[in-house]
Amino acid sequence: MSLRNNLGPTFALVAFTFLIAAFALAFYWVPTDADQGFSQRIFYVHVPLALTAYACFAWGAWKALRLLWTNDNKYDLESYTAVHMGVIFGILVLVTGAIWARISWGVWWSWGERQLVLFLILFLFYCAYFMLRNSVDIGPRQARMSAVYALFGVVLIPISFLAIRLSENFIHPVVFTRDGPQMAASMFFVFCLSTVGTIALATALYHVELSGKRLDLKLKQRRKAYS
Amino acid sequence: MTRAIAARQYVSDVAVLARKDARLELRSRDTVPAMLLFVVVALVVFHFAVPADLSEETERIVSFGLLWVALLFTAILGLTRAFVAEREQRLIDALVLAPCDRSAIWLAKTIAVVAFLLLAELIALPAFALFFEPVDAPTIAAILLANIGIAAVGTVLSAVSAASRTRELLLPLLLLPLAIPIIVGGIGASVTDEPAQFLAFLALYDAVFAIISWSTFEYVVTE
Repeated sequence: MSLRNNLGPTFALVAFTFLIAAFALAFYWVPTDADQGFSQRIFYVHVPLALTAYACFAWGAWKALRLLWTNDNKYDLESYTAVHMGVIFGILVLVTGAIWARISWGVWWSWGERQLVLFLILFLFYCAYFMLRNSVDIGPRQARMSAVYALFGVVLIPISFLAIRLSENFIHPVVFTRDGPQMAASMFFVFCLSTVGTIALATALYHVELSGKRLDLKLKQRRKAYS
Repeated sequence: MTRAIAARQYVSDVAVLARKDARLELRSRDTVPAMLLFVVVALVVFHFAVPADLSEETERIVSFGLLWVALLFTAILGLTRAFVAEREQRLIDALVLAPCDRSAIWLAKTIAVVAFLLLAELIALPAFALFFEPVDAPTIAAILLANIGIAAVGTVLSAVSAASRTRELLLPLLLLPLAIPIIVGGIGASVTDEPAQFLAFLALYDAVFAIISWSTFEYVVTE
């Protein structure tokens, strides 16, 4: 077996090691945040998840660009899988964000939290991406349309972020911010560990899903050839 | 020299295609009357959705919010019809085969959509001023900028949804998340004291999405 076939398990191992280390350190080693207390520790899950989701969307858009550039259909599955991973991690961001909001401010949802609002918009956008994929017949045209929409998405991320910031001028001022005191070195270290672990986890899942989807496609093609 | 000829050819292609859309609309009178009626009905419906005893400032924000939502939905209504003729008569295949740059199809359709939107707004804004609030210059500037952004993105997505099985059902789902920044920019320009930054934001949106729509349209229409 070549290393290429082993990418999934390798990344899974890296993810497992780093995440176990990060969680252990986050609970037992890092000092408790002076402002928010124990609940601040969800930071080590929430923020890496968000960064990973962004990375997945960017990866999906990059593969989409490659597809349009080279007109090679193999990039379609890669782009689709990356966006799929991004949406899964995006949902986790929304869930952990809601839990954090509930503990910090006593509400499950706050429009004052820019990142959460941005993830809600992205979640809706990429749900429409799946609707689009499902309502177009499988083929090169479906691949190209999905790629174009994925490219729109990665442009939408900074534009939406700017829009959310601007909207605070007339909707309501920012009441809560999470930009608390500067991060201690130990906090930053654990945060980095957790981020690497989460990205490795996403990569492992990406490879597993991708090889499953490729197998599925091959099976369909064989079935078509024999029937 | 050849580049100048190519540019002139491109402009004349766009002009011919845009004129085709205008002529189709003049003959069938399908889309624009529907948009005009829709935007006025929407404003009247919205009147009943707003409580009467709001403070002056809140009422201003809410009314302009309703105006922007009404304009966005009117644009979606028009965009769902944008590629109907091309699809039903298989015209799109002929356009793709025609010896012109495919982005010219996008540019011509965008110009046509902007023109239809302007016609709808010629009725909508006086109606809004009559029913709700007077319309000031920043609002008009924001609407002109927003038209370009909505038409640019909407034309690509309209071509996408025209090729899908679910047809018109898909377009609002695809377009609405992308239209959130336009709504933010528009309402901000209408209700805040410093509309300049919101107008600049709308111009940025137009520029970014016009470029990406212009360059990707070809991939959406080719088989």
